[in-house]
Amino acid sequence: MRKAFFDGLARVAQDDGRVLVLTGDLGFNFLEPLRDRFPGRFFNAGVAEQNMTGVATGLAEAGFIPFVYSIVPFAVMRPYEFIRNGPIVHRLPVRIVGVGGGVEYANNGPTHYGLEDLGLLRTQPGIAVIAPADGRQARNALLATWDTEGPVYYRLGKDDRLEVPGWDGAFAPGRAETARAGADILVISTGAITAEAAAAADALAARGVGCELLVVASLRPAPVEDLARRLARHRVALAVESHFAWGGLGSLVAEVIAEGGIGCRLVRCAIRETPDGVVDDEQAMMRSCGISRDALVATALGALG
Amino acid sequence: MIDPREIRRIVLEQSMRAHVGHIGCSLSVADILAALYSGAMRIASPEDPDRDRFVMAKGHAALALYAALHLRGWLPRGELERFCTGRTLLGVHPVAQLRGVDFSTGSLGQGLSYGAGAALAARLQGSGRRVFVLMSDGECDEGAVWEAAMFASHHRLGALVAVVDRNGQQAFGMTEDVLGLEPLGERWRAFGWDVHEADGHDPAAIAAAVARMDGAAPAPHVLLARTVFGRGVSFMERRIKWHYWPMSEEEYAQAMGELVGGRR
Repeated sequence: MRKAFFDGLARVAQDDGRVLVLTGDLGFNFLEPLRDRFPGRFFNAGVAEQNMTGVATGLAEAGFIPFVYSIVPFAVMRPYEFIRNGPIVHRLPVRIVGVGGGVEYANNGPTHYGLEDLGLLRTQPGIAVIAPADGRQARNALLATWDTEGPVYYRLGKDDRLEVPGWDGAFAPGRAETARAGADILVISTGAITAEAAAAADALAARGVGCELLVVASLRPAPVEDLARRLARHRVALAVESHFAWGGLGSLVAEVIAEGGIGCRLVRCAIRETPDGVVDDEQAMMRSCGISRDALVATALGALG
Repeated sequence: MIDPREIRRIVLEQSMRAHVGHIGCSLSVADILAALYSGAMRIASPEDPDRDRFVMAKGHAALALYAALHLRGWLPRGELERFCTGRTLLGVHPVAQLRGVDFSTGSLGQGLSYGAGAALAARLQGSGRRVFVLMSDGECDEGAVWEAAMFASHHRLGALVAVVDRNGQQAFGMTEDVLGLEPLGERWRAFGWDVHEADGHDPAAIAAAVARMDGAAPAPHVLLARTVFGRGVSFMERRIKWHYWPMSEEEYAQAMGELVGGRR
């Protein structure tokens, strides 16, 4: 989805000279075309993400729309206070682009995982938090939000082939999108793990369990009304995310259930342990964390009883 | 021309009235701000898009900035009198919602990055405006300062001017005892900056140093302004407690007497 997002960004940059791109020394074999096409508007800020975020704040104050790129932990956690005191407090249109949420950087180990980014930024009312499900939705999300007021965080999956089959990737801020219809259980997903959730939904359907799949790419503004309406129609909901179980999508859904007084049981399918240092490929990591498609099917069947 | 004694008078009056501290560091930068706001910075009005930008990186001395803004006519007396009193934009640290404040600051180590971005923006927009960042010396403990220093010299941001309030003190000790900064000038030079030094209590010397800095030069500029913490009030000078403490009535009377008596 990263490629789809940046292809969209190249088009946007072509039409609007306010768009700049800053990278924290990442993007080898990927960002070169953008760099070569917009040499005066592309900056490798070096391995210095705090400064990169502060520089973007200074650029945005003068009217630019800087896109700041790194891997999720270095885009969000390292410069977190710069994000808060910079674009959020100043209400400036800096775009934080983090690639590889959850355990996508599987073999790279715990330093490269993004397990708390959604929670950290969702606590800030002044920044939009967007985790697209696949390439089409990433592109749609970019085109819908690149010039909005105030800062935006995009969490992008790095797999460019990833696609949620049989779905158009629609996106609107503050809305949830239906990717599968079904009456027996509600599965709510965010980010690149949505393809796993869709595979689980299809496996459940094949067993005769009707599964509604709701895609929440816009975590802030939160699709509270869409969620409440769907949750009210189900007795069991699964919240699926490649993120810790606290602060992200599962917490958002729990908030909607509690504040709406909705009678739906929530099962949070998320990561619950600090990484123990054992690495494997992403599929294996998701299995060990209980968020692979097979694990989701088993969890859904267990929850339905 | 802004009289630095007027900045000091306002700092003492308002910190006394609001009963808040951070007096010593505000007195430390009074002459620097007087020089910058008397013409070293070109600001026709706070709304002019091509005005020089100013970043109060040492946000805890904002009261001195409010005084300068007031003396330039951009901050009415009535608003100044609200400093740290009830519902106000004039807090201990400055916010960009206040007219004349370009960036909200208070967390040390962030201002120079803002300034580097603002200077890069000026170049991209073909503007000759400059960007001034007033830093504390203790702030140079922050690693991000040196990230920004590398960025600014790599991109040859000659429009960027950092002024370091080199009073030798930080919040809980002397800079050389806490985390030694010397040789500070050599460090900035090694990071690719054009380094200047001046008596930070001589507005004419500060203005002259700034005048020697070429905005089109291939390197950013730093002025190490040698200052005395608490300058102008004898019992505050070089005393760390005046980083924190408000004044008693007796202390206020003595301090104002010293200002009226002609000490800077």
